[in-house]
Amino acid sequence: MKKLLLAGAALLLLVMAGVSARPALPGDSVYQLPVELSNQDGQVQSMAARRGRPQLVTMFYTSCTMVCPMIVETVEKTRRTLDAPAQQRFDILAVSFDPQRDDTAALRKYAATRKLDLQRWTLAHTTPTATRQLAALLGIQYRQLPDGEFNHSSELILLDADGRIVARTDVIGRLDPAFVAALHRQVAAEPPPGKP
Amino acid sequence: MARRPPRWLRLAGWLCLPLMATGGMPVALAADERYAALPGGEFASVLPADGKAAPAQVAPFHLRTTPVTNAEFLAFVTAHPQWQRGRVAGVLADAGYLSHWVGPTALGAAALPQQPVTRVSWFAAQAYCETEGARLPTWYEWEYAAAADATRSDARADPAWRERVLRWYGRPSNTALPAVGGEANVYGVRDLNGLVWEWVDDFNALLVGVDSRDQDGADKLRFCGAGAISMQEKENYATLMRVAMLSALKAANTTNNLGFRCAKPL
Repeated sequence: MKKLLLAGAALLLLVMAGVSARPALPGDSVYQLPVELSNQDGQVQSMAARRGRPQLVTMFYTSCTMVCPMIVETVEKTRRTLDAPAQQRFDILAVSFDPQRDDTAALRKYAATRKLDLQRWTLAHTTPTATRQLAALLGIQYRQLPDGEFNHSSELILLDADGRIVARTDVIGRLDPAFVAALHRQVAAEPPPGKP
Repeated sequence: MARRPPRWLRLAGWLCLPLMATGGMPVALAADERYAALPGGEFASVLPADGKAAPAQVAPFHLRTTPVTNAEFLAFVTAHPQWQRGRVAGVLADAGYLSHWVGPTALGAAALPQQPVTRVSWFAAQAYCETEGARLPTWYEWEYAAAADATRSDARADPAWRERVLRWYGRPSNTALPAVGGEANVYGVRDLNGLVWEWVDDFNALLVGVDSRDQDGADKLRFCGAGAISMQEKENYATLMRVAMLSALKAANTTNNLGFRCAKPL
């Protein structure tokens, strides 16, 4: 009888777990900050909606001619260290420092010029306030100059599926082996797409 | 002779007067006594706008006359429980957040109502300012306002002013903070120098690229743009110390002597 009760309780717990929403967001998740991102197609989505898959995040702006193209190049290099199925298991997010000029059209044009795979890449802008908040949260520094250009630090940041920063690198222009290894670990931890 | 309006209308008119005095004006023009208007203009900041020598351009703005107090911040966390100690997410405020308060919604002996609130993160300070329809001041706004003394809009060239400002930095950080409401400067703003360190909106933008001159070729790539920012007004140690301290912070950090005030566009 006792056993039966226990089994019943266990079953009830299982059902409840299935019904309830996913576990609470960890306190050290960047998704704790509400940020609305508008992408290269003009779609607006909360950044927290990216929860569930690892994310490679960086910040840039489209009119930047110096380091930013190399940031994109470095992300692509890092991605290509994975085999084709593994490349499907994480997303890439690049948020603009320059929401005034990087509107939807500018982001779309940049994606086209750089031939970015929009299955993998999201280029986004948000409000000036949220841009500053997001940079602060990610530990990225930037400063607008009087001529409209930006001084900024260049970093690639790896988030786990719950939005925790698990790795970062400021090595740009070549692969950072430690960062690549962290990405491989995150992707290995993810179930293949399409399976429950 | 014009006909007098009926008595009920005259009465209603009287009743409406105080309402019309504030409610009839656009909200932006309604005076908020907590804020003073500052004219702005060209300003020689310790941080040149272009990283070389260009002066900063400060648009006219409103600045809170005093830093936000414990009592004011208590009212804020009471109305917005997500900002209470113990509830706020670790990425938005570190473990020291409001830790000198006796409880999540109680000040206690170590936090007097009129003392400036400290141990608040940049995110929390920003959220507070939003509730006043405001934001954190930019570094240039703060530095510009703090350059004034009681009679001059820019007292920085005066060695006596520098000496006075510097003296505060020598004060031990474990002594109890005075209440807000020190001497007003020429704009009517108080406590900019000599009470607490204060968050600014762009704290993480102040020294971008400052070290890039000393780095090797590969590391230069970490910074995109015009390159190194050089500091001006090198004799103004006190202000330079503030820049250095703010630059060392992360947005979730809290410290014993770090508070904030808010600003609004004019």
